[in-house]
This record gives sequence, structure tokens and C-alpha cells, in this order.
Amino acid sequence: MTYTLNELMVAAAAREIKDGEVVFVGMRLPLIAFVVAKKTHAPHAIGLFENGVIRSTPSPELIYTMADPPNILGATQCLDMTGVMSLLQSGRVHLGFLGAAEVDRFGNLNSTQVKGKNGIVRLPGSGGACDIASMAHRFVSLLDHGKHRLPERVSYITSPGNGEGGGWRKRVGLPRGGPAAVITTKCVLRFGEDGEAFLSTYHPGVTIEDILANTGWKLKVADNAKPTPEPTADELKAIREYDTKGFWTS
Amino acid sequence: MSKVLTLQQAIADLVPDGSSVALGLQMEQMIPFAAGHEIIRQKKRDLRLIGPISDILFDQLIGAGCVKDVVAAWVGNVMMGSAYNFRRATEQENPGTPGEKLRVFNMTNFCISLALQAGAMGVPFLPTRTAMGSDVPRGNHFFYQIISPFEPKETLMAVRAIQPDVTIVHVQRADKFGNAHCWGNFGVMIEGVRAAKKVIVCAEEVVPEEMIASDPNRTVIPGFLVSAVVYCPYGAHPSPVQGYYKRDDDFFQQYHAETKTPEAFSAWAQHWIHGVKDCSEYAKLLGEERLENLGVKKHAYAAVTDFGY
Repeated sequence: MTYTLNELMVAAAAREIKDGEVVFVGMRLPLIAFVVAKKTHAPHAIGLFENGVIRSTPSPELIYTMADPPNILGATQCLDMTGVMSLLQSGRVHLGFLGAAEVDRFGNLNSTQVKGKNGIVRLPGSGGACDIASMAHRFVSLLDHGKHRLPERVSYITSPGNGEGGGWRKRVGLPRGGPAAVITTKCVLRFGEDGEAFLSTYHPGVTIEDILANTGWKLKVADNAKPTPEPTADELKAIREYDTKGFWTS
Repeated sequence: MSKVLTLQQAIADLVPDGSSVALGLQMEQMIPFAAGHEIIRQKKRDLRLIGPISDILFDQLIGAGCVKDVVAAWVGNVMMGSAYNFRRATEQENPGTPGEKLRVFNMTNFCISLALQAGAMGVPFLPTRTAMGSDVPRGNHFFYQIISPFEPKETLMAVRAIQPDVTIVHVQRADKFGNAHCWGNFGVMIEGVRAAKKVIVCAEEVVPEEMIASDPNRTVIPGFLVSAVVYCPYGAHPSPVQGYYKRDDDFFQQYHAETKTPEAFSAWAQHWIHGVKDCSEYAKLLGEERLENLGVKKHAYAAVTDFGY
């Protein structure tokens, strides 16, 4: 069965959600990943959105932002940001999703500013990303794989990962959590006890050499590294029934 | 006494140059674009913009030269990514402070909500566990690391209170005193209203006070906090207003395509902001077909609530 790279990434993100978990959904591809998880293996997952929305069912049609009217219709609760962020802070959120411009060796994320050819390139900023990375029990980030997108150290930590390595989060006062996975356009990275990223799975058609050559540090490779599982027919059906025009997943 | 003003009067009276203005507090929903456009038409200067995200409204105010600095978690175009005026102002020169770049106080969404909640509560700060180890608090006077007075080894982040000079919100309906119903997601609107020195409520409909009083749980703004009520149909376009119109996704894509240079933004602003004088002319410019397309296709009414006893 043929599928797009974005569909593979959405399916991989969806599988990070366990049934019954409370998930901070985030923007873009994770919006679809939540829907796919709900319609396949995680029908009892609960979605939290930082605008104040809590959903126990997928939105009835595609949304471009979390505040689109279909995300309000039939929601479990529509209240305020302080409320859902407080659930995050008090440890009631299992998993959060984030995007980023850069992710480094220890899973720290930068979405504030990067160095470009002509000086600093300003990006939109944290939004809720720093809050999710700081306080969810685990978080998953998605990004385009490239050497400049995966530097050894990010130039600005918008959202804290494992900082400088194992034990760092506790030292700086973070209550819990840390990065569980980075889903890139080439592979899935996971993290060891030492806080450092390693190659867990490589997407079908991508070689380990290609990934190593396009990562900004000497990436460790798991002994049992294997191909990223392809999206199943059910996952593709859920994606295509939702993103009918392929805005996010073409 | 009625607080109903025209949008022109409300902005002229309540948003002097140099004000700190909280806008876009309901995240991507019900962003008070009409009020922002009136601020641009009246050439307000040296404003401080406060908000979690704002979608493209902050970008427009920055491009128009109204802004001195920004206290926000995120500035861009939510469905498209970056916004060009913000990038130009931060990377090159801010039209509102010629010769200088735009100053941005980076926040997180939760920290904006805590700052406004602290302002609303009348305390100087609120503690949180977010942003520890992040660079967001570094060199940023809205943050200060503290130790819990109750758990001596526990470090926390204090977030400084924000009390905006004026908070501008858009809601579905309000009475002439400013008592307002809103439904959908609130984001940090309630905190922003309680924290502000003055509040402008823009509403799709101005309704009798009995209608608002019939459902007090939906009254998110008590009128005594409100300085002005503005009747402003389609005033949140292109952002959505639940039960009135959906998000105009094409408009956000067109904005992204049509504002890549300062000249292109000027032309865009001439058409959509300076070329009209108020909400009703703006709605005419959008045209009947576009408004029809954005309108509610299938109503979904909530169950009746019995407040009787």
C-alpha cells in the first residue's frame, strides 16, 4: 500500500498514544495523530487542548487550529487555559506533542530563534510547547530531519528536554517527564538513561548512513534498530477520512 | 447607563498611545480583528501587545507601526507558520521603533495565563513549575526563580503579574452594560478581563439584559468591569465565532501569500483596513457569497437549562 511520509509520521505519532491516556494534543500533525489513535488502538484516550478544550471524541471534521468550531462541537468541556495547564502542572497529563525547528542530542527543543545565513531567524516562539515539555509525563516531538535541524546543542532551549544529560531535569527543578521520542522525516529517535538520543527505527527506504550523515552529532544506533512500521490500512483510512484534501498529510 | 460606543469612539477614548493592550486572549477563536484594525486606522503608537498567541493580528499591528514591544508566547500565522511583519521587525527593523528591532518578551502560554491571573488576583506573582531549565526566563524580567517558603529545597518559577491598561475581547452577545455571554473556548480571556484597568467588549449582538441574566453561568464578563460595548458583527473575522461563522482558512492563507514584503503588506492593509471605515464596510468588502459560505450550515443548540426553583 502506498502512503506519504506525513502519513507515516502521523501513524508513528498516533502509536505513541496508549489507550486511556490523557494527551496534550498540540498543533499540526499531532491534531491528526490524536484522531487516528482514537479511531484505531486508543478509543479511550482523552485530548486536552491549551485553549481550554477537552475532548473524548475526535472532532467531527478536519481542524486547522484547536479553536476551530468542529473542535468545540461535542467537546467534553470548553473552559480556560489555566484549567487545562493546571492539569498538566499537577501531573494529570501522560503525553504531550510538540513541533520544533531544532531538536538536539538531549532532546531539547528550539522554536524561538535559529542562526541563519544572514543572522538570527526569528520563529514564532514557545506557545504552550515549553509548558508541555516541562510538565507532561513524557513528550514526543516531530520535525523535518536535517543536519541544521538536529544540532549537537540547540542555540536556545525553548522547551527543555534532558538538558545536558541524565538527571538534569531533576537538578533544574522540573517536576517529571522528558522526551520519549523524536519523530523525524527519516526516523524515530528515542532516549537512553543517560538522556541522550539514539536511533530506534528508520523509515522504510531510508538508510542508517543517510540518517547519521544528516544528524548534527555522532548519533548512537540501537543494537536492535529496525524499520519504522508502515501505516496500517486502518490508520490510513482514519487519516484520509479526516484530512480529506491532504492539507496536513499529503 | 449604556456603555455602547462606536468602535471609533471606544478605541479613541480607551486606547491612548503608549497603552499596554491585551488582545487575542481566546487563542485562535474570537480574535478582535476589527478593534485591531481600528487601532491601525487611528495610527496608535508605542503600544505594548500582550497575549498568548493572537494568530495574525499582532503581525498586522506590528507591520502598521503601532507597536513598541510584545509580551507573548507565540507570534505568527497559526495554520501557515511564520508571519512576515513580525520576522522583519525582530530581525531587521520595527516600523514602530525606527532604527531599532522589535523588543519581544518571550513567554509561554501558561506563563501568560499565570501573569494575567496574578494581575486579576492583585498579587505580584504566581509560582509555577513550568520553564525551569528553559531559556525563556533568561534575561526576562517577567520571571524570577524562587524557593518555596514551605518546602525549602523546592525551586519554582515566579511569573510577574500583568495588568493590561486595556483588554479587548470579542464575544457572541452582550447587553448595553457590558454583561457578556461567550461560549466556545475561553483561553485566558477571563483572567485578561479581570486583570485589566479597562475592558472593551466587541459583540456580534447587543441584546436585552434579561437575555444575559437568564443564563448567568454563561456570563463570563460582568458589566461593571467593562468600559465600552461595541456592536461589531463579523468583528472577529477571519477567526471563528462559534454559532455565528467559521474560521476563514482561505483568508489566513491569502494573508501569508500577500504580505511577504513591506510593500505587499501596505497594499493588503490598504485594501482590508484603510479602505473601509468600520465593521459594516468590512463585511460588505468580504461580500455576501463569502459571508454565506462562512455562516452556520447546521445549528447545534445546547439543551435548555432550568434556573427555576
